[in-house]
Amino acid sequence: MKQVFGKTNVLSANPTHYCPGCDHGVVHRLIAESLEELEVADRSIGVAPVGCSVFAYDYFNIDFNQAAHGRAPAVATGIKRTRPDSIVFTYQGDGDLAAIGTAEIIHAANRGENITVVFINNGIYGMTGGQMAPTTLVGMKTQTSPYGRDAATMGSPIRVSEIIATLESPAYVTRVTVNNIANQIKTKKAIKNAFTLQKEKKGFSFVEIVCICPTNWGKKPTDAHKWLTENMLPVFPLGTFKDIHGIEKA
Amino acid sequence: MAKVLMKGNEALGEAAILAGCRYYFGYPITPQSELPAYLAKRLPQVDGVFVQAESEVSAINMVYGAASAGARVMTSSSSPGISLKQEGISYIAGAELPCLIVNVMRGGPGLGNINPSQSDYWQATRGGGHGDYRTLVMAPNSVQEMADFTLAAFEYADRFRNPVLMLSDGVLGQMMEPVVMPAPKDYDMDSKKWSLGYTGKDKTARNLCTSIFMGQEELEEHNWSLYQKYQVITDFFKANKDLAVEEYLCDDAEVVLVGYGIISRILKTVVEKCRKRGIKAGLVRPKVLWPFPSDVFAKLADKASKFLVVEMSYGQMVEDVKLAVEGKKPVYFFGRTGGAVPSDFEILNEVDKIVRPD
Repeated sequence: MKQVFGKTNVLSANPTHYCPGCDHGVVHRLIAESLEELEVADRSIGVAPVGCSVFAYDYFNIDFNQAAHGRAPAVATGIKRTRPDSIVFTYQGDGDLAAIGTAEIIHAANRGENITVVFINNGIYGMTGGQMAPTTLVGMKTQTSPYGRDAATMGSPIRVSEIIATLESPAYVTRVTVNNIANQIKTKKAIKNAFTLQKEKKGFSFVEIVCICPTNWGKKPTDAHKWLTENMLPVFPLGTFKDIHGIEKA
Repeated sequence: MAKVLMKGNEALGEAAILAGCRYYFGYPITPQSELPAYLAKRLPQVDGVFVQAESEVSAINMVYGAASAGARVMTSSSSPGISLKQEGISYIAGAELPCLIVNVMRGGPGLGNINPSQSDYWQATRGGGHGDYRTLVMAPNSVQEMADFTLAAFEYADRFRNPVLMLSDGVLGQMMEPVVMPAPKDYDMDSKKWSLGYTGKDKTARNLCTSIFMGQEELEEHNWSLYQKYQVITDFFKANKDLAVEEYLCDDAEVVLVGYGIISRILKTVVEKCRKRGIKAGLVRPKVLWPFPSDVFAKLADKASKFLVVEMSYGQMVEDVKLAVEGKKPVYFFGRTGGAVPSDFEILNEVDKIVRPD
């Protein structure tokens, strides 16, 4: 029988600890395939965050650092400055990147560090049990916004890609989602664009991926993706906010 | 090499370069600003990297990243900034990475002031951040030692795969003295085969740098292995006493003065003045604060009759001296805090009080 699909060797054989239906597995695969196809896996270094993907290093067969909450872009800066020929990326959730790590992400982007940031935005803290994130939608009920997020006292969802795109230095800032196969293909393309730019030493690349958290949203994965499409995407519109080298047209 | 007149902060910076350090990450704060300023100028001249971070928190995490990638790397700050770095120092200790962290101490708590102080002793020697860990702590007392200790610090950091803290203060950082720069060391990043990004042919598995050990048994095993390492460090300095402690006129001393850093320079003067006045005084000056040279004090407790610990704080190291003396002899304390530096005259008065208690 002809083999039509195989698992990339950049992913390890370890079973993941992610909940059934979680998008992390899909995004991990897209990253691993991109590194393999660009032939950079043997010189790639990942930086795992604090959050559900704290153990991301267990699922990739590449060098990894595990950073403190929110600090991954600073850690990646130290690694990349030391090993400029490595391909360095952080993998961060919305609590990690958009709350406690706001300073680190803004300034790594503003310095134009030649790294790639993969930002998983599912509007909630997963690992700690479903608390309100800076990206939680207004009205959304979480463990720490049990009556719904009140914009008047808790603020509104932060759109990180739009903020990063206002800076001079970043080379590539895009928002994608993995809610269906077509969008997964687009996400793969975006991740590959980002790593291609880094490989060519063309600067900071940022890929925001709007994802689901079926467990803490209290929805089945299929329902969660439907909810994402109907509720998350109007607040977090897909698109490319910055592409100074025109990689998407190349 | 010829003697040059340098500020302590600058001598430390030049010595870091001679030690093979090519990476500095920091954030401005007085009274250590000369150090990043010096390295901002010097590092690009030697193909090094200087990054002014957005905060002390980011700076120490850049150090964490660079150390994990095999760099000889350092950061520096002063007391409030060192507080901010504690999270990162705990991670670096947990992940067993080498680096140099310089604290040019100023007055606290809080924003305190920018005057010299020694009030971060507890923070430096008790861990500072969360968890079961130790940092090797060195305490220079001259501009020459700011340079010499820096070379030693990088060697210790690599040898023990542990962060080393240089506990200096506003006087040592700012004052100028003649210094002979030590000989440069060669450093090869790829000697660290465990480092991220190492691509040598002998690499058989991927490299991982982490401080998370989820299983209780796994973390306990890791922590005991750290403990074993800290015992090795302790034994190293016990066996190499001259690296850890300076004793001055202690053989026949009845009253032993104890102080580290800039205070020890003043105490030397006090000892000499005491001797002229017929008081048999001596000085013990720990050069390494953790591991604390307890056995030196334990031995002296059998000979001397009194100890006087002097610090620029209201008494922190004095607790370690008391633990080492084990109640065999009285341990007195004199301190100035809030950025004040005691004069030899003040300390001499204290010696008089304890020697002639009438």
